[in-house]
Amino acid sequence: MHRRSPLRVVLAEDGVLFREGLRSLLERFDIVTVAAVSDAETLVEAVAEHGPDLVITDVRMPPGFGNEGLRAAVELRTKHPALPIVVLSHFVETRYVDKLLDSNEGRAVGYLLKERVAEVENFVASLRQVSEGGAVIDPSVIRRLVQRRDPLDQLTRREREVLILMAEGHSNARIARELTVSEAAVGKHTASIMAKLGLAHGDADINRRVKAVLAFLRG
Amino acid sequence: MRSLGAVLGAVLVGGVSHLLIGPMLIPVIILVEILVEARQDVNEAELWIVVLLPFLSLGMLLLLGPLVALPVAAVERWRLRLVHPPVRSGHRTPRGGVRRWLRTRYSEAATWREFAYLLLLCLVIAPLSALVLIGFAGYGLVLLGAPLLVAAGEQLVFNQFRVSGVGAAFALVPVGAALLVVSPYAAAVTAHLNAVLGRILLGGEPSEALRSELVEVKRSRARLVDSFEAERRRIERDLHDDTQQRLVTLAMKLGLARMDSPAGSPVERSLADAQEQVKEIISSMREIIQGIHPPLLTDEGLVAALPELAERCAFPVDLTVDLTERSPAHVEGVVYFAAAEALGNVAKHSEAHRTAVTVERAGEDVVLEVTDDGRGGADPERGTGLTGLADRVAVLGGRTLLSSPVGGPTRIRVEVPCTGAPRSASS
Repeated sequence: MHRRSPLRVVLAEDGVLFREGLRSLLERFDIVTVAAVSDAETLVEAVAEHGPDLVITDVRMPPGFGNEGLRAAVELRTKHPALPIVVLSHFVETRYVDKLLDSNEGRAVGYLLKERVAEVENFVASLRQVSEGGAVIDPSVIRRLVQRRDPLDQLTRREREVLILMAEGHSNARIARELTVSEAAVGKHTASIMAKLGLAHGDADINRRVKAVLAFLRG
Repeated sequence: MRSLGAVLGAVLVGGVSHLLIGPMLIPVIILVEILVEARQDVNEAELWIVVLLPFLSLGMLLLLGPLVALPVAAVERWRLRLVHPPVRSGHRTPRGGVRRWLRTRYSEAATWREFAYLLLLCLVIAPLSALVLIGFAGYGLVLLGAPLLVAAGEQLVFNQFRVSGVGAAFALVPVGAALLVVSPYAAAVTAHLNAVLGRILLGGEPSEALRSELVEVKRSRARLVDSFEAERRRIERDLHDDTQQRLVTLAMKLGLARMDSPAGSPVERSLADAQEQVKEIISSMREIIQGIHPPLLTDEGLVAALPELAERCAFPVDLTVDLTERSPAHVEGVVYFAAAEALGNVAKHSEAHRTAVTVERAGEDVVLEVTDDGRGGADPERGTGLTGLADRVAVLGGRTLLSSPVGGPTRIRVEVPCTGAPRSASS
């Protein structure tokens, strides 16, 4: 973990317990919570006031406990297309992800299940990735998307595993570690996946690669 | 003779009713007077009064009329027994206080039929009865006694014709006798007319009371379903807001603790283990909540929740949702539950390759159809799933149809009416 200038975050979460826990977690990683709010309206105001590097928001929040958090996120993206946003949800709901990925071509967005916070280092790495313009989508969501698409039948089991990790925005080196195979093998798999899905391959930019894969998965 | 009594009764009751209703007509009487006095030159203020007065009368009639109609109707039912088989009252017997009683009475058809009878009684029956009494019985008696009256020095004048002497008066006796003989028949006809009107307007079929009770039962059943739905949503919200949040926070704390302990140490390993367990609990909690009431259904309705449900299935589902607007919460809940149950059955029993789900609005109903090309032979008797589904649909007054010949295909059709219970506000 190398140091860089601290990220400034606006955090929206109505559960006090989780919100405060998350705030202290971020603190340990040198991420400053400039505002912690508990409803969608205040979130929009706080972003206008602080101009954060990153927004982390819950989906269900007061007043209606519907998808206010997500709607606020989409609204924020229309106002500030480049604003990085990570949505934390209790549920895998691809519909929500779709809405999010539709904004700013799916750049600088994250959609993670709340329990991913427990894998502290990964979680913080994901936050940084999104703040730098990447896309990070929860593996369970990717799995759901993978189920949706028929051409994936052509992929081998190993290739699917690699695809899911790719869609989460991991580098080949990271995927190799995750699957305990050589990086060269991962390179072969990715090339084969891209070829089978008819996507431009050999793209060195991970974020572009993620985008291509996500775009494919969403049909 | 009984008919004469009945007719006399009509006149009496009519007279009393007139006295009771009369005050309500005062505004109209005032109006008539104003119009007579004003003739042409009505200024604007007076014009308003003129316009308002009939409405005032009408309002009073509608407000207070039933209160007069109820006792009058009771008296009339008793009176009509003179000439007719007894008439049963069509009223319900409400339990509870005065307000409840008033609400029931003012909302019953029976009350307003009695009110109509009251108006008819005052305007038609009583005048007609009076006419019969005076015209036939009254005149008959007078003519019969004409010689006596003339002898006693009374003056008898009919139109232009003056009875000049006792001799002439004797000529009237047969006419009087004839009138008297005819009078019971005239009275009978009148009383019969009165009785027929009374039967129509004062009686109620027992079935009507039953019908209204049935409606009440249906309503309360729908209310029950609605409150179950609301309760499910409340449980789901509580689990989500409290239990889920605590678990996630716990997982996070364990994660932080793991970071602080040396990698690979026994402490770190047992923390990792604990973390895994919490994650599993979180997953199953998610499943439980989805089962109780999917959040997406609350937020965005069937249009969003059904695709999500179809995606969660391990087999391909062709889904068509053709709904332009959201249905009441209890309907959405039942349709979603039915779809989930049907897809669950497909997964468990049918070995299907293709499953098609369609949801559409047909008139007042939301119609769900689930068709699979599996091996068929689904039997509601065997499992509780299908009967449970049918029960939940039936409570809302809906229908569940199943066709599942051995060898397939299996088709389940569920029709849920969008009427009945009020939509409870989603909290």
